[in-house]
Amino acid sequence: MREAEVPQDSENSCYGGERKLIYAMDDLGDFVGVKSTGWTVEAEATHRALELIHRQCEDSWSRAQRGETSALEYYMCYRRMDLALLSQTTGLFKWRIRRHFKPPIYARLKDTLLARYAQALEFEIDTLKQLPEQPLHESV
Amino acid sequence: MNQFEHRQSAHCESGVIASLLTHSGLAMSEPMAFGLAAALTFAYVPFVKISGMPLIAYRMPPRRIIKGVQKRVGLKMHYQTFSDPAKGMAELDQQLQAGRIVGLQTSVYWLPYFPDTMRFHFNAHNLLVYGREGDDYLISDPVFEKPVRCNAQALQKARFAKGALAAKGMMYYPTYVPESFDLVQASTSAIRANYRGMVRAPLPVIGVRGIRYLGRKIVKLSNDPSLREEYLPLYLSHIVRMQEEIGTGGAGFRFIYASFLRETGKALNNDLLAEASEMMAEAGDQWRMFALVSSKMGKGRKPLNGDELANILNRCADQEAKTWQLLKRYCS
Repeated sequence: MREAEVPQDSENSCYGGERKLIYAMDDLGDFVGVKSTGWTVEAEATHRALELIHRQCEDSWSRAQRGETSALEYYMCYRRMDLALLSQTTGLFKWRIRRHFKPPIYARLKDTLLARYAQALEFEIDTLKQLPEQPLHESV
Repeated sequence: MNQFEHRQSAHCESGVIASLLTHSGLAMSEPMAFGLAAALTFAYVPFVKISGMPLIAYRMPPRRIIKGVQKRVGLKMHYQTFSDPAKGMAELDQQLQAGRIVGLQTSVYWLPYFPDTMRFHFNAHNLLVYGREGDDYLISDPVFEKPVRCNAQALQKARFAKGALAAKGMMYYPTYVPESFDLVQASTSAIRANYRGMVRAPLPVIGVRGIRYLGRKIVKLSNDPSLREEYLPLYLSHIVRMQEEIGTGGAGFRFIYASFLRETGKALNNDLLAEASEMMAEAGDQWRMFALVSSKMGKGRKPLNGDELANILNRCADQEAKTWQLLKRYCS
């Protein structure tokens, strides 16, 4: 790739206004670091991953509102975690966390157990007990 | 605050070690660090899953870049992990006070200065801390244009995040940096090691053979009616992310490596390396082409055709194989 060919697709970027360093060849054949504002191809791939996270947030939010899952699942999705990661972070077995996704069981959880979720998810214990009034994730 | 000049890099680990060395008086570019570490690879690892998708790596696993440079340049590094986060933070403060620039391994997700679109749970991000002002740590994050800041609580969270590749507070700094090193010897040894990994790997999913394997895998998925519509586009965008998004400097580190070959060729007045650099850059262009065509097919702007994608990957593999055959003459 030549210096001039480094994509500068700022209007379709996933760098949040930052620029990223890409190596490209100058006229003499030497390589130089070129700051790129974005590449549509890469942005589309990132957006696909972000969409997936967004869908999980929306889905767990509405299920939690309908009382089909606990607020815990929503907070997990909001933190872009999956069951495997939450399990590793809290040291709790997956089946146990899955059990805590059941609203009646979650409502009875002791604060000592909630504290482990609070630490993993970086929320106060009291916050974790119910859904926030408005979704925390951005609506796209 | 310690005097430190921030330098933006494409990749965090090669950037961190190149900056640390340059700061300690041994000037080194990021591509040189990457190349001397023999960090280029290709690996398709189906049993390691990243959000449910197979790991596809274009560089050696975390810490290999620092260790590789360490070995070939002959520097000495101090590494330390902590079971108690408070101790980890106190030790960081102490080293900063002693005037050290300290490297840290962190999670990306918990660093507040990352744009929301780039915050994923990845635990092997590297950055340098060069000072502290009140509650804020002054950070040179290699992938950012300018130095950034991070408060103590967030930095602790990022250092001690659990999960795959957990850092456990890992911090490191050089304790001895030589004034110079033998580039002929270091580059020969690095290129030889890299040649072995790319051409002689014992597994069909590693190196040049691994690239062809990925092509066959895509053909297989495209022939399966149940996976073709939903899964395959996700799979393709996953490959593109691994290749481009994760600080690769473009084309899955192929351009960085070409830059290393060019720089070494120039320093040693070696035409073979200059030619290999051009060839590796061409392989990089093929990889960019693969990303472009996959993206078009995934978005439905071009009919999904597994064979066409496999053909591009085979061209990448052919081009890289040719480059390594040439490089073999340099290191044998």
